[in-house]
Amino acid sequence: MDWVNGIVQGVLVGGLFALFATGLSLIFGVMRIVNIAHGDMIIACAYLAFTIIQLSGLHPLVSLLIVIPIASLVGYLLQTAILNRTLGKDILPPLLVTFGLSIIVQNGLLEVYSADSRRLAAGPIETGSFPLARGIDIGYLPLLTFLTAVVVVAGLQFVFYRTEIGRSFRAVSDDPETSQLMGLDNRKVYGLAMALCLAVVAIAGVFLATRSNFDPFMGPSRLIFGFEAVIIGGLGNLWGTLVGGVILGVAQAIGAQIDPGWQLLAGHIAFLVILAIRPEGLFPRGAR
Amino acid sequence: MQEVTRATAASRFALASAIVLVMVLAAAPYWGSTASLRLLGEIMVYLALASLWNLLAGFTGLVSIGQQAYVGFGGYMLFTICISLGWNPLYAIPIAALVAAPISALVAVLVFRLNGAYFAIGTWVVAEVFRLGFAQMSSLGGGSGLSLPITVMREMASTKAEREALIYWAALLLGTGSITIVYLLLRSRIGLALTAIRDSEVASSSLGVSITRVKLLVYVAVAAATAMVGALVFMQKLRIAPNAAFSVTDWTAFVIFMVVIGGIGTIEGPIIGTLLYFVLRQFLADFGSIYLIVLGGLAILVMMVAPQGIWGFVANRWGLSLFPVGYRVKLQAMPAYNNGKENEYVGRNQAHRDVAAARRNR
Repeated sequence: MDWVNGIVQGVLVGGLFALFATGLSLIFGVMRIVNIAHGDMIIACAYLAFTIIQLSGLHPLVSLLIVIPIASLVGYLLQTAILNRTLGKDILPPLLVTFGLSIIVQNGLLEVYSADSRRLAAGPIETGSFPLARGIDIGYLPLLTFLTAVVVVAGLQFVFYRTEIGRSFRAVSDDPETSQLMGLDNRKVYGLAMALCLAVVAIAGVFLATRSNFDPFMGPSRLIFGFEAVIIGGLGNLWGTLVGGVILGVAQAIGAQIDPGWQLLAGHIAFLVILAIRPEGLFPRGAR
Repeated sequence: MQEVTRATAASRFALASAIVLVMVLAAAPYWGSTASLRLLGEIMVYLALASLWNLLAGFTGLVSIGQQAYVGFGGYMLFTICISLGWNPLYAIPIAALVAAPISALVAVLVFRLNGAYFAIGTWVVAEVFRLGFAQMSSLGGGSGLSLPITVMREMASTKAEREALIYWAALLLGTGSITIVYLLLRSRIGLALTAIRDSEVASSSLGVSITRVKLLVYVAVAAATAMVGALVFMQKLRIAPNAAFSVTDWTAFVIFMVVIGGIGTIEGPIIGTLLYFVLRQFLADFGSIYLIVLGGLAILVMMVAPQGIWGFVANRWGLSLFPVGYRVKLQAMPAYNNGKENEYVGRNQAHRDVAAARRNR
């Protein structure tokens, strides 16, 4: 029963990984860049929520109403002021600029908040759970995280395929020159994509921070989890990303059952195995 | 009449001064204090890492943020060889390269499946796997690591001063050797292929350049050399633990900043960047995280304002090249057009001119 319980919990953690991953996938899909600072932005949002909660006493989930708009605005400004200038044929500038950003965010957070690990207190839902079967308890918070991931993926899917802004995202992704000829301002579209990405990042950050302790240097491993979920699921497929997150979560849970030291290693190995046998991921966009 | 040449007056002068400088540095154990010897040794380590990463990212387009995998691997090879076999630690340096090469080839099979930007994170995952894997090996100290026993170090030399000198010379060899090898490699057929691939993958592959093979070759060579540097680093430190051995900050972030600030895709850039890093460190090291923020900010600024870095800026402005890898075609005077001055076409970045010049030169 321990094993089944471990796997069920792994599936629920997978929702959090999918939240890490969807923002990454969105940015790559629209402007073909990989944001190395993605994980650090998740942690920065967690700290932002931490500060807001300290000042206002709001519940973490309510604080999202403030964290999401601030994060989105920062994302828009970051894209239009800095990242847009690095876009081009060469992949080097955006990679290196976001890498620099990652180091700056980590050390900036360290300066402001010190290296102590923090946590957002979410009250009763944090520890509450209901029994699914004998030996399997579903925590309210993990379940809520998973459901949020499903809603976020469905929401992004809706935005991408059913709205005007989604149409412009797909247009600049498919052919930036033609979309410009058709009257789109690509730079603005990129800015909006980054703003949307940061909204998801904010949700991911707050759920991460209510679930476990966080410190300024946790960003890179969140980036890696998100990246692994994207590649396992298949590039460009948001629902695939959710499945990728779940697979990663289950792999880590199985690893942890074998030996606590194997938790992260098992997740990485699952990723490398998928890369070896199915490098295009389980559900690549072309196959949909 | 025309003449094809690679050297310039500046490059001849640079070569001569480099030889003198290396000779002076080689004599450092006789004129320098222990502290200065250690600092010079550390500079050499970063000179090697920066030149190697530059070859990988700047010339081959393989932007890896996982080179700490091979630094740490080299370090652990040193400890394995010294502790289980009791050999002279210096032997571990070439052995680390021999073992790292096939392993990096296996890694390449996996990470080469990821396209450019995702390749970067893929290499990072591999480095994490190395770190977590070595942390699981209790014979190598597990997560808390282990120290190199003094008895093993005595295999190298009996006195401390002699050991310091030997380690320093090994560092000097790796530092200057890395730059030399990168330089010679770029002047060879492989260098020509790399320039061609950078300018146009499609055109170069249609001309018969095997892109994957060239990239694989460079990746494996850089990994092997990085492992040698790793073995040396932990000979200097005498202690290893997974988090220090596979630190992304120490072995990749600093190195990337050095190369980007100095000038990525030039041979001179990493040298300038490394020296600048150590100068800045004298002033800012006490501030710890502020230093990293300053370096990161500088790197972003350079990438946005002058992506060719300090050296690229200097070279473009004054047409300077200390380590010429391209060819220059000197057209003999045609007075009507250029008043008797030599007309130089500098073939930097332009593979087709290089290829044409090389053909003429044959």
